[in-house]
Amino acid sequence: MIPEIGHFALVLSMCLAIAQAIFPLIGTMNNTPSWAALARPLAWGQALFLTIALGALTYAFLVNDFSVRYVASNSNTLLPTVYKISAVWGAHEGSLLLWAFFLGIWSAAIAVLSKGLTQEVVSRVLAVMGMVNAGFVSFMLFTSNPFERLFQIPAEGRDLNPLLQDIGLALHPPTLYLGYVGFSVAFGFAIAALIGGRLDASWARWSRPWTTAAWVWLTLGITIGSWWAYYELGWGGWWFWDPVENASFMPWIAGTALMHSLAVTEKRGAFRSWTLMLAILAFSLCLLGTFLVRSGVLTSVHAFAADPDRGIFILIFLLITIGGSLALYAWRAPSIFSGGRFDLISRESFLLGNNLLLTVFTFLVLFGTLAPLIYDALEWGKISVGFPWFNKMFLMVTPFLAVLIGFGPLMRWKRTDPKKLVKKLRIAMIVSVVIGLIAFLPAISTGSLLVPLGMFLVAWIITSHITAIIDRLKHKQGISHIFADLAGKGRSYYGMVVAHMGVAMFILGATMVSHHGVEKDLRMSPGESAEISAYRFKFEGVAHTPGPNYTANQGEFTIYLDGEVEAVLKPQKRTYFAQGRPMTEAAIDWGLTRDLYVSLGEDLGGGDWSVRLYYKPFVRWIWLGGLAMAIGGIICISDRRYRSKKEKKPQQAYTEAANTLVTEKS
Amino acid sequence: MIEESKTPSRMRYLIPLFLFLIMAGFLLKGLFMDPRHIPSVLINKPAPEFNLPTLYDPEKTVSKESMKGKVWLLNVWASWCGACRAEHQVLNTIAGMKIVDIVGLDYKDEAVDGKRWLKQLGNPYTEVLVDKSGRTGIDFGVYGVPESFLIDGEGVIRHKFTGPLYYPDIKGTLIPLLEKIKEGAK
Repeated sequence: MIPEIGHFALVLSMCLAIAQAIFPLIGTMNNTPSWAALARPLAWGQALFLTIALGALTYAFLVNDFSVRYVASNSNTLLPTVYKISAVWGAHEGSLLLWAFFLGIWSAAIAVLSKGLTQEVVSRVLAVMGMVNAGFVSFMLFTSNPFERLFQIPAEGRDLNPLLQDIGLALHPPTLYLGYVGFSVAFGFAIAALIGGRLDASWARWSRPWTTAAWVWLTLGITIGSWWAYYELGWGGWWFWDPVENASFMPWIAGTALMHSLAVTEKRGAFRSWTLMLAILAFSLCLLGTFLVRSGVLTSVHAFAADPDRGIFILIFLLITIGGSLALYAWRAPSIFSGGRFDLISRESFLLGNNLLLTVFTFLVLFGTLAPLIYDALEWGKISVGFPWFNKMFLMVTPFLAVLIGFGPLMRWKRTDPKKLVKKLRIAMIVSVVIGLIAFLPAISTGSLLVPLGMFLVAWIITSHITAIIDRLKHKQGISHIFADLAGKGRSYYGMVVAHMGVAMFILGATMVSHHGVEKDLRMSPGESAEISAYRFKFEGVAHTPGPNYTANQGEFTIYLDGEVEAVLKPQKRTYFAQGRPMTEAAIDWGLTRDLYVSLGEDLGGGDWSVRLYYKPFVRWIWLGGLAMAIGGIICISDRRYRSKKEKKPQQAYTEAANTLVTEKS
Repeated sequence: MIEESKTPSRMRYLIPLFLFLIMAGFLLKGLFMDPRHIPSVLINKPAPEFNLPTLYDPEKTVSKESMKGKVWLLNVWASWCGACRAEHQVLNTIAGMKIVDIVGLDYKDEAVDGKRWLKQLGNPYTEVLVDKSGRTGIDFGVYGVPESFLIDGEGVIRHKFTGPLYYPDIKGTLIPLLEKIKEGAK
């Protein structure tokens, strides 16, 4: 019964989404305020029914209702409760439902938090989001229904993929999807602006916090995904340039460019059509990612089961949304006035540099991801674009970006005196060059030029931002002004500083772990020891331990540093009952300056095991950097100027009437 | 002074749409290409080095060196793999034809299960290697199981079969390739 209620709620939410896509939009076109005013209630209704649908599916998991095919394929009576909940989004159908649910929630959030916007804009933004969700919910209902029943009810479920039975999976998809879906808001704002032909500073001010919020979620999602891959997959890597990782990384890069471009549009009114383009690009890449993951055109460790029907459906959906919005862009964008004037040395031009680099990088990643497909389609032969190519591209772009970051905060709008700029940054430059030179010492550089480069960039970002903060505070008289700055309008400035520090932390971690990390694959007998860097890993042996839905061989390693016990690690090799596949559970002793990582290979007989031992210096800084970027974004959103509710602009008569109709006064 | 152009050409704004449509064309084509047909970078390249214990005698190991001079088919399988069960009869047939040595790579599997499987379904392999960690499989670029690699006497991978082997593959691909390798060796 409950699954049918969920199914029914899903159908209703599709109807509401279609209505939301049509009526408010037409209402704003032909001055029918009562139609335009439908946007908010429809968004509410859609969010409500999607919540019911998600609740129904969760319930089916919790009560082990194996008559539902999706539950039977992805759960098991022995599965711990927390993973029964995360299994809801553990495979294709459920993860789509989560996507649609989040889109409903974001729409409802817009409906609530948009009191200062004109009804016209709200109606159009919500209409665009309605179109997107109509696509997703109908995709689910027609090709991937999570509520489909089985007529021969199995006694036991097939269990959730053991790789996914982990806290990382519980967190990674929801945060990532919140980010993907969040970019639909920026997309909706962009489409609304293109339809209305109006794109002013208040438009940019409204888009900014929503875009940043989406970016924060995406940053967290990618960071958690990377961290999860590191500890769960047992290879000790943190990024693999897998097509599906790229699918989440491309919108992130485009979104980063969008955030910076929006700043210029808000403050200077420049880059308008460029900002619109990036908003469309960021969301289009989110949709493209969905296509790549769910259609089976590319092979990836993440890909869901391939099904050509699904591929066709999403492709048509892409053609309508992306193709439609780009056509609208080609038609309307030329009439959007953009009148930026600025010097070569100005904040605008440096942000333009940032935008160009990020966009180029987005397209490089896109090209690398699609290249195997393109080559195959043109019958040029088979190629595989791997890790080294992406790394090379990454290293070609990021150093320039990192250099620009250092200049950014000290730049003025319109025009900066280059002499003054150099004078201010003199000390920062000298300090970072010296640090870079010190890093040439063989013990630090390990013979690679990348270590001095990385250390120089880290030092440069940190020292230049310190210079910028000192410069800013010099003009504030007294402590009280400094606090006022921190509490009020300066928030977005400090948020930027924190996020940029995140970039420095990331570079530090990535440089150190890539050049100073040690990895050894060994055969070890109980009692044997191995030296990794300054540490001695002693293998104590392997014993059996039971788990709730698996049995495990648990190894024990004692790690010594200078004869003292540093850590005891217990990696496991698990066999899950339902699927019988062995799983590696690595053991990690983590620290800010190094991780010690042990994963168990295979039983070689006679108590001997093949083991993998790692020393990973500063690896945590990679994720701490991601976290700092996200925190910086949150600080920016909390800036007071985004919370001024009233927009004091005269509104058109019909939107006034619409406002009174929905009685927003409550 | 940089100035944003006020009357940019309208055509410029069509570029994104144009690029997108090209990409959509490729995606459409991609949907109809065989998704199992995965490019292998290793074709016509030397096979990766390996040294693995055998299933029936863990003391004995087989390496790439020890296979030198022989043309052989490396078949990656596992007892937990459903498609391998379907493929197994084809392998038995090839073994019966005695046209090529088949070496099994028991991928991420338990030895007990692997042995039970071969007892049930017959053993077409001249040797069965155990890759419990999947390390060798990763070196070979194995995406899914089953996959098979045809390796010549020089240790070079000549062909990769992604997914299960079917009966038509024997006449259609395997035999012509074996003949080609034989001619090349002369």
